[in-house]
Amino acid sequence: MSTTETNGAGQSSVASQVASTNGAKASSAKKGSPVGKAANWADERLGLAGAAKKNLRKVFPDHWSFMLGEIALWSFVVLLITGVFLTLWYRPSMAEVTYTGAYEPMRGLHVSEAFASTVDLSFDVRGGLLMRQMHHWAAMLFIAAMLVHMMRVYFTGAYRKPRELNWVIGVLLLVMGTLEGFTGYSLPDDMLSGTGIRAADGFVKSIPVIGTYASFFLFDGEFPGSAVISRLYTVHVLLLPGLILGLIAAHMLLLVYHKHTQWPGPGRTEQNVVGYPMLPVYAAKAGGFFFIVFGVTALLGGLFTLNPIWAYGPYDPSKVTAGSQPDWYMGWPDGALRIFPGPPLEYSFFGVTLSLNVFIPIILLPTIAILILLALPFVEAWITKDKREHHLLERPRDAPGRTATMVALMTFYGLMWMAGGNDIIAITFDLSINQITYFLRVAVIVGPILAFIITRRWCISLQRKDKEDLLHGYETGIIMRSAQGGFSERHEPLPVGKAYAIAQRDPDRPVELERATDENGVPSPTTRSARLRHRLSAYLHGGGVDTPTRAELEKAHAHAAHEHELEGSGDDRALTARGENTPH
Amino acid sequence: MTLEQERSSSRVPQVPIEDPGLGEHTWRPTDVAEAKERRAERQVAALFVVSMVCTVVFVVAYFAIDIGDNWTTFAGLGASTLVLGLSLAGALLCIGVGIIHWARKLMADKEIVEMRHPAASSDDDREATLKALDDGLQESGIARRPLIRNTLIGAVGLLGIPAVVGLRDLGPLPGDKLFSTIWEEGMLLARDVVGTPIRPSDMEIGDLINGQPIALFETDEEGEPLYEGEDLLVNKAKASIVVVRMDPSDNTPAPGRENWAVDGILCYSKICTHVGCPINLYARKTHHLLCPCHQSTFDLSDGARVVFGPAARPLPQLPLAVNEDGYLVAQSDFTEPVGPSFWERG
Amino acid sequence: MRLLNRSAGRLTRGRRGPLAGLVVLLLGLLMTGGLYSAFAPSQQAAADQATADDELVAQGRELFLVGCAFCHGKNGEGIETSDGQQLGPVLVGVGAAAVDFQVGTGRMPLAAPGQQGPSKKQAYSDEEREALAAYVASLGPGPAIPSEQDWSLDGLTDEEQEEAVVRGGQIFLTNCTACHNFAGSGGAMPEGGYAPNVRETEEQYVYEALLTGPGQMPSFSDGNLSQTEKRDVIAYLNSVDESPDYGGLTLGSLGPVVDGAVTWVVGIGVLVGFAVWIAAHTTRTDRKKKGEVTT
Repeated sequence: MSTTETNGAGQSSVASQVASTNGAKASSAKKGSPVGKAANWADERLGLAGAAKKNLRKVFPDHWSFMLGEIALWSFVVLLITGVFLTLWYRPSMAEVTYTGAYEPMRGLHVSEAFASTVDLSFDVRGGLLMRQMHHWAAMLFIAAMLVHMMRVYFTGAYRKPRELNWVIGVLLLVMGTLEGFTGYSLPDDMLSGTGIRAADGFVKSIPVIGTYASFFLFDGEFPGSAVISRLYTVHVLLLPGLILGLIAAHMLLLVYHKHTQWPGPGRTEQNVVGYPMLPVYAAKAGGFFFIVFGVTALLGGLFTLNPIWAYGPYDPSKVTAGSQPDWYMGWPDGALRIFPGPPLEYSFFGVTLSLNVFIPIILLPTIAILILLALPFVEAWITKDKREHHLLERPRDAPGRTATMVALMTFYGLMWMAGGNDIIAITFDLSINQITYFLRVAVIVGPILAFIITRRWCISLQRKDKEDLLHGYETGIIMRSAQGGFSERHEPLPVGKAYAIAQRDPDRPVELERATDENGVPSPTTRSARLRHRLSAYLHGGGVDTPTRAELEKAHAHAAHEHELEGSGDDRALTARGENTPH
Repeated sequence: MTLEQERSSSRVPQVPIEDPGLGEHTWRPTDVAEAKERRAERQVAALFVVSMVCTVVFVVAYFAIDIGDNWTTFAGLGASTLVLGLSLAGALLCIGVGIIHWARKLMADKEIVEMRHPAASSDDDREATLKALDDGLQESGIARRPLIRNTLIGAVGLLGIPAVVGLRDLGPLPGDKLFSTIWEEGMLLARDVVGTPIRPSDMEIGDLINGQPIALFETDEEGEPLYEGEDLLVNKAKASIVVVRMDPSDNTPAPGRENWAVDGILCYSKICTHVGCPINLYARKTHHLLCPCHQSTFDLSDGARVVFGPAARPLPQLPLAVNEDGYLVAQSDFTEPVGPSFWERG
Repeated sequence: MRLLNRSAGRLTRGRRGPLAGLVVLLLGLLMTGGLYSAFAPSQQAAADQATADDELVAQGRELFLVGCAFCHGKNGEGIETSDGQQLGPVLVGVGAAAVDFQVGTGRMPLAAPGQQGPSKKQAYSDEEREALAAYVASLGPGPAIPSEQDWSLDGLTDEEQEEAVVRGGQIFLTNCTACHNFAGSGGAMPEGGYAPNVRETEEQYVYEALLTGPGQMPSFSDGNLSQTEKRDVIAYLNSVDESPDYGGLTLGSLGPVVDGAVTWVVGIGVLVGFAVWIAAHTTRTDRKKKGEVTT
């Protein structure tokens, strides 16, 4: 049977590898090279040489935007390091204790053990406050970096086949990271975090039918109960970090397997990847970047106060502060909560209450947002019918529909975000929160539409400019005067490498409408979805400009050469555009 | 070739310009000039030395700088956090910058080319795998023995139920707990924090008192508080109130609530009906009460009607009376559930 | 203990000139003395005082008619606009404390009737303010200007002082932070209103604001929040003011919105800057390596 055969072959090949390694060791191990010795020692036990030989010199292309994901990765490592430090002192308990620590304005208060231990961590453990602040800053950076990384991947089309699954993993990481942040924000049990949990209780209660049950199960009884902190703690230090680590591992493995995407350019094709080898250059750059991310986190932690829980005081359901906000990554759903009008969205019928004014913005909207993000690569592949692998990145302008979609989503996000800070905006810029809210209620709908239209047109104009540059060269800023006395600006052909990079793009054309009926007049079964696809495609991919053909380019270049001749001995009449327009 | 054919094939799009190919490798000054190379080397080493110095500063600062109840300060800032943070940042950044400087200036920087392979396995591999899978399934006989297959699916599927049921004891059922608070007839209103009862004459027009039921401050015979720990917080989370006094002529009580106020003194739940933040941002001239979390605004002179923001319901009102000692008391509990809406609320 | 050994009732708080505290102290004492004798004259000196007081009130009335009567009416009866709004509220019964606060913090006179009077430089001299306060106080009984004794912790033991600060913190967090924020940085109120920053406010004005409830602020009269409780709040504010920023720069203590901005602008900004540097092309040269053909 073939299975046994394969097995047999596998075994024998393993055996032969071992044998040859042994042999190789005897004959060729470099004398006195400790690295070589260690490598041999390890390989004899782990057999890693096969995988390592391919990967040690693996090529990574160099571009600043390819390092955004690394910021997220390294912030996560900083989170693990600082987080372990914090767990040594933090006690996840809501038991009531009397605070007797170093911070005098709180001595003698009855507080939860979680709060007391966090204050002790800040005031009685040297470096504890720094670590707390670094942990918090790193968390905020972690999610911010994931977001900018995701923007880069989206705007350059790097999520297309074969990388759709890695996009999905990335979205899941963003969700997990956000939850991880929210659970961490809740642990100190200070006034702000308690207010956050209280609001979360309101969110949960707004879920139809099961809301109160979910709330009672979450808090082990009525809010605030005595269980939620220890439960969130387990989620925060065990469950979510485990999942995040697993997903990061999968994300990295897929990255290695697919090899990194690259920008188009001379020598760069869909079939190769051009860049620096992992060892030494990339290892050094990535490793160095880890220290830099760690260092910047330390800088932020040492310079800027973050979450001064001693000033907020312990959580008390009757206390609140102006400017009660979640951390930035929860800002947009919080903003949605703020601008959703209340009275028309809560219904009472048949003895029950449906609280859509809470449920839609805080539960439904984020869920929909996540689903949209997850679906983006698949929707695009469906619309374009594109089954090819893509390893060359697209510039945002070369896919106006895609770029405009994300800019519209970002506009929505940004406006919701603004709504989440409306009170701070109001006092900073002397505005009225009411007016800001009324404005945003309209803007979150109109803004994304306008952003979509403007971005799409903008991309298409940039395409036109590219075509213009390819055909007629770039504007040099040199004014020419012809023999007849007319003035014109001199154009020079683009450097060939740049021209190649611009021309090396995929045509962005709409798919043709499939025939509604086959030859026998029977309606095609896919007509409806095909028509939808056609319409979407026509809007998202229509209106763009094609790269000029070889013939057009040759014609334009010949024309340009001719003009140069007509301009005569050109150069001595060249004037700079800077204003010396008196002929000499 | 149609677009569709083009896209379903793995054809490379036609580029109208010849690929000029990778440019010739050019050298960096550090590759060709020994002096520059030495300089770069020294710079990298210097950065690493600075890092060591920073680490030493960190350790010295750790022991030398006081925290606790007598922080050493620097320019009004906590010196410990500042110096530890800056020295740690210096130590880390110098290592990072040093390594990268090394990579940029001194490590070989010739770009190399690696060929890609399609993400899919080769056809042979795929066929072999499918065959192995098929053989395995054949040998197990799972297709031929539906009885075994179906009972196994049933058995494993059923195990999902204990996984859910096992979470049942996460908490008690809500019951009617959300429908009542500890307010009751004759319960004294007390000032929050200090716990003293309130006389109507204590309040002037425009005053706002953040209040609690006095039970939360009371002790039993042995001097132990009646409510403490979790109990205290759970009850505070529902029973907190705001008491305001306005000109009685400003107040337009809802029908049936004409006798709920005492001389223009009104009492409302402090818990926002949106998602439950405590709410006491009071504008005394307009009688508007604003929630700092999501800006729901309630008009206390009009039954706490929602005048702005995302809340949908007025704040519940606590009917007030004066007891024989002349202190403000509740006529009863709130007549509706306080706090955020929930399904069973009705 | 260190925090509390310092005089929590100290008047100057860094931002003001070294003599300002002394001046305010003297003024406070003068005015308290003056007003006390104005409204509770001892029997012996009643006649003498009455003449002096009458003069002060008369002087205040002159000033009032010029600077205040347009909005508040000639006798402080308030003026209502045709649409039922108050141009200036009734001043009968607001007391000297209200005048001292409004004029002393520069909120009155308003540049124009509008949303909310901003705190600015005092427009009157201290004597004129005293006269105005005396005049308004004569319109009807109201809270008098508090004196330093009202908020000073002097005479308390260390332990009592510590307790006062702790209690003051709890009262502050219960009654004040909702509008003025956990650090007293201020916050937004409905319809364009705002709760101002209390950290920049002198103790006397904090006390008077609590007592009189300026503008839209609810009042915390002595029946609501006793003199001791108001004193404790001020003690807490002083104690916080004098403690260092343990965690570094506070960036205005405005909460998570500012922290988010720092994350994006400083954190992501600096790190992307580093990324650009890491990936940037290094300087190139035309020269060839030794052994290669040189030009």
